[in-house]
Amino acid sequence: MLEIDQVVTYYGPIQALKGVSLEVRQGEIVCLLGGNASGKSTTMKAILGMVRPHSGTVTFEGQRLNGLSTGEIVRRGISLVPEARRVFGRMTVWENLQMGAHTRRHAPGTELAQDLERIYELFPRLREREQQYAGTLSGGEQQMLAIGRALMARPRLLLMDEPSMGLSPALVDQVFDIIQAINRQGTTILVVEQNATVSLSIAHRGYVLQNGNIVLHDTAAALLQSDDIRQAYLGEG
Amino acid sequence: MDLLAMLPQQLLFGIALGTVYGLVALGYSMVYGVLMMINFAHGEVFMIGAYIGWGVLALLQNAHVGGLNPVWVLPLLLLPAMLLCGGLGMFLERVAYRPLYRRGATRLAPLISAVGASIFLQNAVMLTQGARMKVYMTHLLFPADWRFELLGVSVSYLIVVMIAVASAMMWGLHLLVQHTSLGRCIRAVAEDREIAQVMGVNVGLVVGMTFFLGSALAGAAGVLVGLYYTQIDFLMGYSAGLKAFTAAVLGGIGNIRGAMLGGLLLGLIESLSVTFINPAFKDVIAFLVLIGMLVFRPEGLLGERLADWRKV
Repeated sequence: MLEIDQVVTYYGPIQALKGVSLEVRQGEIVCLLGGNASGKSTTMKAILGMVRPHSGTVTFEGQRLNGLSTGEIVRRGISLVPEARRVFGRMTVWENLQMGAHTRRHAPGTELAQDLERIYELFPRLREREQQYAGTLSGGEQQMLAIGRALMARPRLLLMDEPSMGLSPALVDQVFDIIQAINRQGTTILVVEQNATVSLSIAHRGYVLQNGNIVLHDTAAALLQSDDIRQAYLGEG
Repeated sequence: MDLLAMLPQQLLFGIALGTVYGLVALGYSMVYGVLMMINFAHGEVFMIGAYIGWGVLALLQNAHVGGLNPVWVLPLLLLPAMLLCGGLGMFLERVAYRPLYRRGATRLAPLISAVGASIFLQNAVMLTQGARMKVYMTHLLFPADWRFELLGVSVSYLIVVMIAVASAMMWGLHLLVQHTSLGRCIRAVAEDREIAQVMGVNVGLVVGMTFFLGSALAGAAGVLVGLYYTQIDFLMGYSAGLKAFTAAVLGGIGNIRGAMLGGLLLGLIESLSVTFINPAFKDVIAFLVLIGMLVFRPEGLLGERLADWRKV
Protein backbone atom coordinates (compact mmCIF):
# COMPACT_ATOMS: atom_id res chain seq x y z
CA MET A 1 0.00 0.00 0.00
CA LEU A 2 2.78 2.42 1.00
CA GLU A 3 6.31 1.95 -0.25
CA ILE A 4 9.18 4.17 0.74
CA ASP A 5 12.23 3.51 -1.39
CA GLN A 6 15.70 4.81 -0.57
CA VAL A 7 14.48 8.18 0.69
CA VAL A 8 17.18 10.71 1.53
CA THR A 9 16.35 14.06 3.12
CA TYR A 10 18.38 17.00 4.36
CA TYR A 11 17.78 19.72 6.93
CA GLY A 12 20.22 22.27 5.58
CA PRO A 13 23.54 20.44 5.39
CA ILE A 14 22.48 17.72 7.81
CA GLN A 15 21.34 14.43 6.33
CA ALA A 16 18.27 13.37 8.32
CA LEU A 17 17.28 10.23 6.37
CA LYS A 18 20.08 8.33 4.72
CA GLY A 19 18.22 6.06 2.36
CA VAL A 20 15.19 4.78 4.26
CA SER A 21 13.11 2.02 2.68
CA LEU A 22 10.04 0.52 4.22
CA GLU A 23 6.74 -0.96 3.20
CA VAL A 24 3.28 -0.98 4.74
CA ARG A 25 0.81 -3.51 3.37
CA GLN A 26 -2.94 -3.15 3.27
CA GLY A 27 -4.56 -3.96 6.62
CA GLU A 28 -1.37 -3.99 8.66
CA ILE A 29 -0.22 -2.20 11.77
CA VAL A 30 3.43 -1.42 11.17
CA CYS A 31 5.58 -0.02 13.93
CA LEU A 32 8.58 2.23 13.32
CA LEU A 33 10.85 2.23 16.36
CA GLY A 34 13.66 4.62 17.09
CA GLY A 35 15.13 6.90 19.71
CA ASN A 36 15.34 10.68 19.66
CA ALA A 37 16.60 12.21 16.42
CA SER A 38 16.62 8.83 14.69
CA GLY A 39 14.55 10.22 11.81
CA LYS A 40 11.10 8.92 12.77
CA SER A 41 9.27 12.23 12.52
CA THR A 42 11.16 13.13 9.37
CA THR A 43 9.94 9.90 7.79
CA MET A 44 6.36 10.95 8.61
CA LYS A 45 6.96 14.39 7.14
CA ALA A 46 8.47 12.89 4.01
CA ILE A 47 5.38 10.70 3.50
CA LEU A 48 3.10 13.75 3.90
CA GLY A 49 5.19 15.89 1.56
CA MET A 50 6.14 18.34 4.30
CA VAL A 51 9.79 17.51 3.79
CA ARG A 52 10.82 17.11 0.16
CA PRO A 53 12.98 14.01 -0.33
CA HIS A 54 16.34 14.83 -1.88
CA SER A 55 16.21 11.45 -3.60
CA GLY A 56 14.16 8.26 -3.39
CA THR A 57 10.44 7.75 -3.89
CA VAL A 58 7.31 7.52 -1.79
CA THR A 59 4.55 5.49 -3.45
CA PHE A 60 1.00 5.12 -2.17
CA GLU A 61 -1.41 2.64 -3.78
CA GLY A 62 0.85 2.51 -6.82
CA GLN A 63 1.10 6.28 -7.31
CA ARG A 64 4.10 8.44 -6.59
CA LEU A 65 3.57 11.05 -3.90
CA ASN A 66 6.82 12.95 -4.48
CA GLY A 67 6.17 16.59 -5.27
CA LEU A 68 2.48 16.55 -4.33
CA SER A 69 1.19 19.09 -1.81
CA THR A 70 0.29 17.88 1.67
CA GLY A 71 -3.34 18.67 0.93
CA GLU A 72 -3.30 16.44 -2.14
CA ILE A 73 -1.64 13.61 -0.20
CA VAL A 74 -4.29 13.87 2.54
CA ARG A 75 -6.97 13.84 -0.15
CA ARG A 76 -5.50 10.57 -1.48
CA GLY A 77 -6.08 8.89 1.86
CA ILE A 78 -3.22 9.48 4.33
CA SER A 79 -3.68 11.43 7.54
CA LEU A 80 -1.57 12.05 10.61
CA VAL A 81 -2.04 12.02 14.37
CA PRO A 82 0.84 14.35 15.25
CA GLU A 83 3.37 13.98 17.99
CA ALA A 84 2.24 15.64 21.26
CA ARG A 85 -1.36 15.70 19.90
CA ARG A 86 -1.26 19.35 18.82
CA VAL A 87 -4.99 19.89 18.74
CA PHE A 88 -6.12 23.45 18.01
CA GLY A 89 -6.49 24.58 21.64
CA ARG A 90 -8.40 27.75 20.83
CA MET A 91 -10.98 25.93 18.74
CA THR A 92 -13.84 23.83 19.99
CA VAL A 93 -13.80 20.04 19.78
CA TRP A 94 -16.34 20.25 16.94
CA GLU A 95 -14.20 22.77 15.04
CA ASN A 96 -11.12 20.58 15.44
CA LEU A 97 -13.02 17.67 13.90
CA GLN A 98 -14.16 19.91 11.04
CA MET A 99 -10.53 20.88 10.43
CA GLY A 100 -9.74 17.17 10.17
CA ALA A 101 -12.30 16.93 7.38
CA HIS A 102 -10.89 20.01 5.64
CA THR A 103 -9.93 18.15 2.46
CA ARG A 104 -13.48 16.77 2.30
CA ARG A 105 -15.27 20.06 2.95
CA HIS A 106 -17.16 19.75 -0.34
CA ALA A 107 -18.40 16.26 0.48
CA PRO A 108 -22.15 15.92 1.11
CA GLY A 109 -23.11 17.10 4.57
CA THR A 110 -24.81 13.82 5.46
CA GLU A 111 -21.58 11.94 4.79
CA LEU A 112 -19.65 14.23 7.14
CA ALA A 113 -22.40 13.95 9.75
CA GLN A 114 -22.12 10.16 9.60
CA ASP A 115 -18.36 10.30 10.11
CA LEU A 116 -18.79 12.71 12.99
CA GLU A 117 -21.30 10.30 14.52
CA ARG A 118 -18.87 7.42 14.10
CA ILE A 119 -16.15 9.36 15.91
CA TYR A 120 -18.49 10.32 18.73
CA GLU A 121 -19.39 6.64 19.10
CA LEU A 122 -15.72 5.72 19.27
CA PHE A 123 -15.03 8.56 21.74
CA PRO A 124 -18.21 9.43 23.69
CA ARG A 125 -16.25 11.97 25.75
CA LEU A 126 -15.79 14.10 22.65
CA ARG A 127 -19.54 14.32 22.15
CA GLU A 128 -19.98 15.52 25.72
CA ARG A 129 -17.35 18.21 25.14
CA GLU A 130 -18.33 19.11 21.60
CA GLN A 131 -18.54 22.87 22.26
CA GLN A 132 -15.62 23.09 24.68
CA TYR A 133 -12.27 24.56 23.67
CA ALA A 134 -9.82 21.76 22.94
CA GLY A 135 -7.24 23.50 25.13
CA THR A 136 -9.39 22.76 28.19
CA LEU A 137 -9.40 18.98 27.61
CA SER A 138 -7.20 16.56 29.55
CA GLY A 139 -4.20 14.98 27.86
CA GLY A 140 -6.07 11.74 27.21
CA GLU A 141 -9.07 13.55 25.77
CA GLN A 142 -6.79 15.60 23.54
CA GLN A 143 -5.25 12.38 22.22
CA MET A 144 -8.77 11.07 21.44
CA LEU A 145 -9.50 14.34 19.66
CA ALA A 146 -6.25 14.17 17.69
CA ILE A 147 -7.15 10.64 16.57
CA GLY A 148 -10.74 11.63 15.78
CA ARG A 149 -9.52 14.64 13.83
CA ALA A 150 -7.23 12.46 11.71
CA LEU A 151 -10.05 9.95 11.11
CA MET A 152 -12.32 12.73 9.80
CA ALA A 153 -10.12 12.78 6.70
CA ARG A 154 -11.31 9.18 6.04
CA PRO A 155 -7.76 7.87 5.73
CA ARG A 156 -6.96 4.46 4.31
CA LEU A 157 -3.53 4.85 5.90
CA LEU A 158 -3.29 6.45 9.34
CA LEU A 159 0.09 7.74 10.50
CA MET A 160 0.56 8.04 14.25
CA ASP A 161 3.54 9.88 15.69
CA GLU A 162 4.27 8.75 19.27
CA PRO A 163 0.68 8.29 20.43
CA SER A 164 1.87 7.15 23.89
CA MET A 165 3.87 10.30 24.59
CA GLY A 166 2.97 12.01 27.84
CA LEU A 167 0.10 9.69 28.72
CA SER A 168 -0.28 7.57 31.85
CA PRO A 169 0.24 3.79 31.43
CA ALA A 170 -3.50 3.12 31.74
CA LEU A 171 -4.23 5.67 29.03
CA VAL A 172 -1.48 4.26 26.83
CA ASP A 173 -3.17 0.85 26.95
CA GLN A 174 -6.50 2.48 26.13
CA VAL A 175 -5.03 4.37 23.17
CA PHE A 176 -3.44 1.22 21.77
CA ASP A 177 -6.73 -0.67 22.16
CA ILE A 178 -8.32 2.06 20.08
CA ILE A 179 -5.57 1.84 17.48
CA GLN A 180 -6.27 -1.88 17.18
CA ALA A 181 -10.00 -1.25 16.91
CA ILE A 182 -9.47 1.32 14.14
CA ASN A 183 -7.25 -1.17 12.35
CA ARG A 184 -9.88 -3.92 12.56
CA GLN A 185 -12.37 -1.54 10.99
CA GLY A 186 -10.13 -1.55 7.94
CA THR A 187 -7.64 1.30 8.33
CA THR A 188 -3.98 0.51 7.76
CA ILE A 189 -1.71 2.02 10.40
CA LEU A 190 1.90 3.12 10.55
CA VAL A 191 2.83 3.99 14.12
CA VAL A 192 6.06 5.64 15.18
CA GLU A 193 7.05 4.92 18.78
CA GLN A 194 9.76 4.96 21.39
CA ASN A 195 7.65 2.70 23.58
CA ALA A 196 8.58 -0.61 21.92
CA THR A 197 6.77 -3.02 24.23
CA VAL A 198 3.28 -1.64 23.80
CA SER A 199 3.57 -0.81 20.12
CA LEU A 200 5.10 -4.16 19.13
CA SER A 201 2.41 -5.96 21.11
CA ILE A 202 -0.26 -4.71 18.69
CA ALA A 203 1.83 -4.41 15.50
CA HIS A 204 2.20 -7.02 12.78
CA ARG A 205 5.65 -5.94 11.70
CA GLY A 206 8.26 -3.48 12.85
CA TYR A 207 11.21 -1.46 11.59
CA VAL A 208 14.01 0.00 13.68
CA LEU A 209 15.41 3.36 12.65
CA GLN A 210 18.79 4.60 13.86
CA ASN A 211 20.56 7.78 12.75
CA GLY A 212 18.51 7.95 9.59
CA ASN A 213 19.01 4.30 8.60
CA ILE A 214 16.73 1.28 8.91
CA VAL A 215 18.89 -1.13 10.89
CA LEU A 216 16.40 -3.92 11.51
CA HIS A 217 13.05 -5.13 10.28
CA ASP A 218 11.06 -8.21 11.10
CA THR A 219 7.71 -9.41 12.36
CA ALA A 220 6.63 -7.80 15.62
CA ALA A 221 6.85 -11.12 17.46
CA ALA A 222 10.42 -11.69 16.30
CA LEU A 223 11.43 -8.12 17.19
CA LEU A 224 10.00 -8.53 20.67
CA GLN A 225 12.32 -11.52 21.10
CA SER A 226 15.32 -9.82 19.51
CA ASP A 227 18.26 -9.13 21.80
CA ASP A 228 19.07 -5.85 20.08
CA ILE A 229 15.59 -4.55 20.69
CA ARG A 230 15.54 -5.74 24.27
CA GLN A 231 18.79 -3.91 24.88
CA ALA A 232 17.96 -0.74 23.05
CA TYR A 233 14.29 -0.22 23.88
CA LEU A 234 13.13 -2.46 26.66
CA GLY A 235 15.80 -1.48 29.15
CA GLU A 236 17.03 -5.04 29.56
CA GLY A 237 20.76 -5.56 29.55
CA MET B 1 -20.54 73.94 30.96
CA ASP B 2 -19.31 74.34 27.41
CA LEU B 3 -17.24 71.19 27.71
CA LEU B 4 -20.12 69.16 29.05
CA ALA B 5 -22.37 70.34 26.26
CA MET B 6 -19.81 69.06 23.77
CA LEU B 7 -19.50 65.71 25.48
CA PRO B 8 -22.19 63.74 23.61
CA GLN B 9 -20.86 64.96 20.28
CA GLN B 10 -17.29 64.17 21.25
CA LEU B 11 -18.26 60.73 22.46
CA LEU B 12 -20.02 60.02 19.20
CA PHE B 13 -17.03 61.33 17.30
CA GLY B 14 -14.72 59.18 19.43
CA ILE B 15 -16.77 56.08 18.63
CA ALA B 16 -16.71 56.88 14.91
CA LEU B 17 -12.95 57.45 14.95
CA GLY B 18 -12.55 54.33 17.08
CA THR B 19 -14.45 52.04 14.75
CA VAL B 20 -12.33 53.34 11.85
CA TYR B 21 -9.12 52.72 13.83
CA GLY B 22 -10.52 49.30 14.61
CA LEU B 23 -11.06 48.52 10.92
CA VAL B 24 -7.43 49.35 10.16
CA ALA B 25 -6.15 47.66 13.32
CA LEU B 26 -7.83 44.39 12.25
CA GLY B 27 -5.47 44.16 9.30
CA TYR B 28 -2.39 44.52 11.50
CA SER B 29 -3.71 41.98 13.95
CA MET B 30 -4.86 39.35 11.44
CA VAL B 31 -1.60 39.47 9.52
CA TYR B 32 0.34 39.25 12.77
CA GLY B 33 -1.81 36.27 13.69
CA VAL B 34 -0.88 34.22 10.64
CA LEU B 35 2.65 35.46 9.91
CA MET B 36 3.91 36.95 13.20
CA MET B 37 4.96 40.08 11.34
CA ILE B 38 3.83 43.71 11.43
CA ASN B 39 2.80 44.83 7.97
CA PHE B 40 4.02 48.41 8.13
CA ALA B 41 2.73 49.07 4.62
CA HIS B 42 -0.82 48.63 5.93
CA GLY B 43 -1.30 52.37 6.56
CA GLU B 44 -0.50 53.00 2.90
CA VAL B 45 -3.18 50.52 1.84
CA PHE B 46 -5.61 52.60 3.90
CA MET B 47 -4.38 55.78 2.16
CA ILE B 48 -4.82 54.19 -1.28
CA GLY B 49 -8.36 53.18 -0.28
CA ALA B 50 -9.09 56.84 0.37
CA TYR B 51 -7.70 57.76 -3.07
CA ILE B 52 -9.77 55.09 -4.81
CA GLY B 53 -12.93 56.39 -3.13
CA TRP B 54 -11.99 59.91 -4.16
CA GLY B 55 -11.38 58.75 -7.72
CA VAL B 56 -14.75 57.04 -8.01
CA LEU B 57 -16.52 60.07 -6.58
CA ALA B 58 -14.70 62.34 -9.04
CA LEU B 59 -15.71 60.02 -11.91
CA LEU B 60 -19.36 60.18 -10.86
CA GLN B 61 -19.09 63.94 -10.67
CA ASN B 62 -17.44 64.21 -14.11
CA ALA B 63 -20.11 61.99 -15.61
CA HIS B 64 -22.67 64.40 -14.17
CA VAL B 65 -24.54 61.59 -12.54
CA GLY B 66 -27.54 63.40 -11.17
CA GLY B 67 -29.29 62.76 -7.93
CA LEU B 68 -26.41 61.12 -6.11
CA ASN B 69 -27.92 59.32 -3.19
CA PRO B 70 -25.65 58.19 -0.37
CA VAL B 71 -27.54 54.92 -0.14
CA TRP B 72 -26.16 53.67 -3.43
CA VAL B 73 -23.14 55.90 -3.82
CA LEU B 74 -21.59 54.64 -0.60
CA PRO B 75 -21.38 51.01 -1.77
CA LEU B 76 -20.14 52.33 -5.11
CA LEU B 77 -17.21 53.99 -3.33
CA LEU B 78 -16.60 51.21 -0.82
CA LEU B 79 -16.67 48.19 -3.13
CA PRO B 80 -13.92 49.20 -5.56
CA ALA B 81 -11.78 50.50 -2.70
CA MET B 82 -12.17 47.22 -0.83
CA LEU B 83 -11.56 44.96 -3.82
CA LEU B 84 -8.56 46.90 -5.11
CA CYS B 85 -7.01 47.33 -1.66
CA GLY B 86 -7.59 43.66 -0.93
CA GLY B 87 -5.82 42.80 -4.16
CA LEU B 88 -3.02 45.21 -3.31
CA GLY B 89 -2.59 43.51 0.07
CA MET B 90 -2.32 40.09 -1.57
CA PHE B 91 0.13 41.50 -4.10
CA LEU B 92 2.30 42.99 -1.34
CA GLU B 93 2.38 39.65 0.45
CA ARG B 94 3.42 37.89 -2.75
CA VAL B 95 6.18 40.25 -3.84
CA ALA B 96 7.43 41.82 -0.60
CA TYR B 97 7.01 39.20 2.12
CA ARG B 98 6.53 35.68 0.79
CA PRO B 99 9.87 35.49 -1.04
CA LEU B 100 11.53 36.31 2.29
CA TYR B 101 9.73 34.00 4.69
CA ARG B 102 9.70 31.16 2.18
CA ARG B 103 13.48 31.20 2.31
CA GLY B 104 13.45 31.16 6.08
CA ALA B 105 14.63 34.76 6.50
CA THR B 106 14.74 36.22 10.00
CA ARG B 107 11.64 38.02 11.22
CA LEU B 108 13.36 41.36 10.76
CA ALA B 109 13.66 40.95 6.98
CA PRO B 110 9.93 41.16 6.06
CA LEU B 111 9.58 44.04 8.52
CA ILE B 112 12.20 46.05 6.64
CA SER B 113 10.61 45.00 3.38
CA ALA B 114 7.30 46.34 4.71
CA VAL B 115 8.83 49.73 5.48
CA GLY B 116 10.25 49.73 1.96
CA ALA B 117 6.86 48.88 0.48
CA SER B 118 5.35 51.71 2.52
CA ILE B 119 7.83 54.27 1.17
CA PHE B 120 7.32 52.93 -2.36
CA LEU B 121 3.52 53.22 -2.17
CA GLN B 122 3.62 56.74 -0.71
CA ASN B 123 5.88 57.92 -3.48
CA ALA B 124 3.94 56.11 -6.18
CA VAL B 125 0.79 57.95 -5.10
CA MET B 126 2.62 61.25 -4.84
CA LEU B 127 4.10 60.88 -8.33
CA THR B 128 0.88 59.81 -10.02
CA GLN B 129 -1.62 61.92 -8.05
CA GLY B 130 0.52 64.88 -7.07
CA ALA B 131 1.61 66.03 -3.65
CA ARG B 132 -1.33 68.38 -3.14
CA MET B 133 -4.27 67.14 -1.19
CA LYS B 134 -7.44 65.91 -2.84
CA VAL B 135 -10.91 66.97 -1.79
CA TYR B 136 -13.87 64.62 -1.53
CA MET B 137 -16.82 66.37 -3.19
CA THR B 138 -19.17 65.35 -0.42
CA HIS B 139 -21.58 68.20 -1.10
CA LEU B 140 -22.70 66.09 -4.05
CA LEU B 141 -23.77 63.41 -1.62
CA PHE B 142 -25.01 65.14 1.44
CA PRO B 143 -26.65 68.51 1.78
CA ALA B 144 -24.87 70.75 4.27
CA ASP B 145 -27.85 70.47 6.59
CA TRP B 146 -27.77 66.66 6.68
CA ARG B 147 -27.56 66.85 10.47
CA PHE B 148 -29.63 66.14 13.50
CA GLU B 149 -29.88 67.47 17.05
CA LEU B 150 -28.43 65.38 19.84
CA LEU B 151 -28.95 66.78 23.33
CA GLY B 152 -28.90 70.29 21.93
CA VAL B 153 -25.84 69.73 19.74
CA SER B 154 -25.93 69.45 15.99
CA VAL B 155 -24.39 66.20 14.70
CA SER B 156 -23.77 65.13 11.11
CA TYR B 157 -25.54 61.98 9.97
CA LEU B 158 -22.22 61.07 8.38
CA ILE B 159 -20.87 60.09 11.79
CA VAL B 160 -23.76 57.69 12.20
CA VAL B 161 -23.12 56.28 8.74
CA MET B 162 -19.44 55.78 9.56
CA ILE B 163 -20.21 53.95 12.78
CA ALA B 164 -22.87 51.81 11.10
CA VAL B 165 -20.70 50.84 8.12
CA ALA B 166 -17.61 50.11 10.21
CA SER B 167 -19.58 48.11 12.78
CA ALA B 168 -21.33 46.10 10.08
CA MET B 169 -17.97 45.24 8.53
CA MET B 170 -16.51 44.16 11.85
CA TRP B 171 -19.57 42.06 12.52
CA GLY B 172 -19.24 40.52 9.08
CA LEU B 173 -15.58 39.74 9.68
CA HIS B 174 -16.41 38.24 13.06
CA LEU B 175 -19.01 35.95 11.45
CA LEU B 176 -16.59 34.99 8.71
CA VAL B 177 -13.77 34.15 11.10
CA GLN B 178 -15.93 32.29 13.59
CA HIS B 179 -18.40 30.48 11.36
CA THR B 180 -16.95 29.74 7.95
CA SER B 181 -14.47 27.23 6.63
CA LEU B 182 -12.09 30.02 5.59
CA GLY B 183 -12.33 31.56 9.05
CA ARG B 184 -11.52 28.23 10.68
CA CYS B 185 -8.52 27.87 8.39
CA ILE B 186 -7.28 31.36 9.29
CA ARG B 187 -7.54 30.52 12.98
CA ALA B 188 -5.88 27.15 12.43
CA VAL B 189 -2.94 28.71 10.56
CA ALA B 190 -2.59 31.36 13.28
CA GLU B 191 -2.54 28.76 16.01
CA ASP B 192 -0.38 26.04 14.47
CA ARG B 193 0.76 26.55 10.92
CA GLU B 194 2.35 23.12 10.54
CA ILE B 195 -0.67 21.21 11.79
CA ALA B 196 -2.96 23.31 9.61
CA GLN B 197 -0.83 22.09 6.70
CA VAL B 198 -1.17 18.50 7.94
CA MET B 199 -4.97 18.97 7.80
CA GLY B 200 -4.51 19.72 4.12
CA VAL B 201 -4.98 23.49 4.43
CA ASN B 202 -3.32 25.46 1.63
CA VAL B 203 -1.39 27.75 3.98
CA GLY B 204 -0.18 30.13 1.26
CA LEU B 205 -3.75 30.68 0.08
CA VAL B 206 -5.00 31.29 3.62
CA VAL B 207 -2.23 33.81 4.28
CA GLY B 208 -3.14 35.53 1.00
CA MET B 209 -6.83 35.63 1.95
CA THR B 210 -5.91 37.07 5.34
CA PHE B 211 -4.04 39.89 3.61
CA PHE B 212 -7.02 40.38 1.29
CA LEU B 213 -9.51 40.71 4.15
CA GLY B 214 -7.35 42.98 6.29
CA SER B 215 -6.47 45.22 3.36
CA ALA B 216 -10.08 45.41 2.15
CA LEU B 217 -11.14 46.65 5.58
CA ALA B 218 -8.34 49.24 5.52
CA GLY B 219 -9.55 50.37 2.08
CA ALA B 220 -13.08 50.81 3.41
CA ALA B 221 -11.70 52.76 6.38
CA GLY B 222 -9.84 55.03 3.93
CA VAL B 223 -13.09 55.86 2.11
CA LEU B 224 -14.92 56.58 5.39
CA VAL B 225 -12.15 58.90 6.58
CA GLY B 226 -12.10 60.63 3.20
CA LEU B 227 -15.86 61.19 3.36
CA TYR B 228 -15.68 62.56 6.87
CA TYR B 229 -12.60 64.80 6.69
CA THR B 230 -13.06 65.48 2.93
CA GLN B 231 -9.32 66.16 2.55
CA ILE B 232 -6.82 63.42 1.80
CA ASP B 233 -3.14 63.36 0.89
CA PHE B 234 -0.48 60.77 0.20
CA LEU B 235 0.94 61.02 3.74
CA MET B 236 -2.31 60.30 5.58
CA GLY B 237 -1.49 56.59 5.88
CA TYR B 238 1.52 57.16 8.07
CA SER B 239 -0.15 58.58 11.16
CA ALA B 240 -3.37 56.60 10.70
CA GLY B 241 -1.29 53.44 10.37
CA LEU B 242 0.62 54.20 13.56
CA LYS B 243 -2.61 54.90 15.43
CA ALA B 244 -4.20 51.68 14.21
CA PHE B 245 -1.06 49.76 15.11
CA THR B 246 -1.33 51.29 18.59
CA ALA B 247 -4.95 50.16 18.72
CA ALA B 248 -3.96 46.63 17.72
CA VAL B 249 -1.29 46.47 20.44
CA LEU B 250 -3.70 48.00 22.95
CA GLY B 251 -6.24 45.26 22.33
CA GLY B 252 -3.66 42.49 22.08
CA ILE B 253 -2.03 41.93 18.73
CA GLY B 254 -3.11 38.80 16.91
CA ASN B 255 -6.52 39.03 18.53
CA ILE B 256 -9.43 40.10 16.32
CA ARG B 257 -11.75 41.19 19.10
CA GLY B 258 -8.80 42.97 20.70
CA ALA B 259 -8.26 45.04 17.56
CA MET B 260 -11.89 46.20 17.61
CA LEU B 261 -11.77 47.00 21.33
CA GLY B 262 -8.38 48.71 21.06
CA GLY B 263 -9.59 50.87 18.16
CA LEU B 264 -12.70 51.93 20.01
CA LEU B 265 -10.76 52.79 23.18
CA LEU B 266 -8.11 54.72 21.30
CA GLY B 267 -10.76 56.70 19.41
CA LEU B 268 -12.51 57.61 22.66
CA ILE B 269 -9.25 58.48 24.42
CA GLU B 270 -8.30 60.77 21.55
CA SER B 271 -11.61 62.57 21.28
CA LEU B 272 -11.87 63.01 25.04
CA SER B 273 -8.35 64.37 25.31
CA VAL B 274 -9.24 66.84 22.56
CA THR B 275 -12.22 67.95 24.62
CA PHE B 276 -10.79 67.98 28.10
CA ILE B 277 -7.04 68.43 27.77
CA ASN B 278 -5.71 70.04 24.63
CA PRO B 279 -6.18 69.13 20.97
CA ALA B 280 -2.44 69.50 20.43
CA PHE B 281 -1.78 66.68 22.88
CA LYS B 282 -4.00 64.04 21.34
CA ASP B 283 -1.17 62.16 19.61
CA VAL B 284 1.00 62.44 22.71
CA ILE B 285 -1.73 60.86 24.77
CA ALA B 286 -2.39 58.13 22.21
CA PHE B 287 1.24 57.11 22.16
CA LEU B 288 1.55 57.40 25.94
CA VAL B 289 -1.19 54.79 26.06
CA LEU B 290 0.89 52.60 23.73
CA ILE B 291 4.02 52.99 25.86
CA GLY B 292 2.10 52.37 29.08
CA MET B 293 0.56 49.26 27.58
CA LEU B 294 3.90 47.92 26.38
CA VAL B 295 5.43 48.49 29.81
CA PHE B 296 2.63 47.16 32.00
CA ARG B 297 0.69 44.71 29.85
CA PRO B 298 2.61 43.97 26.66
CA GLU B 299 0.21 41.22 25.67
CA GLY B 300 -2.60 43.79 25.37
CA LEU B 301 -6.05 43.90 26.93
CA LEU B 302 -7.29 40.62 25.43
CA GLY B 303 -3.78 39.39 24.90
CA GLU B 304 -4.04 35.86 26.23
CA ARG B 305 -4.94 34.86 22.71
CA LEU B 306 -1.55 35.76 21.34
CA ALA B 307 -0.81 33.75 18.24
CA ASP B 308 1.53 30.84 18.70
CA TRP B 309 2.15 31.53 22.35
CA ARG B 310 3.27 27.98 22.91
CA LYS B 311 6.26 28.25 20.64
CA VAL B 312 7.62 31.67 21.55
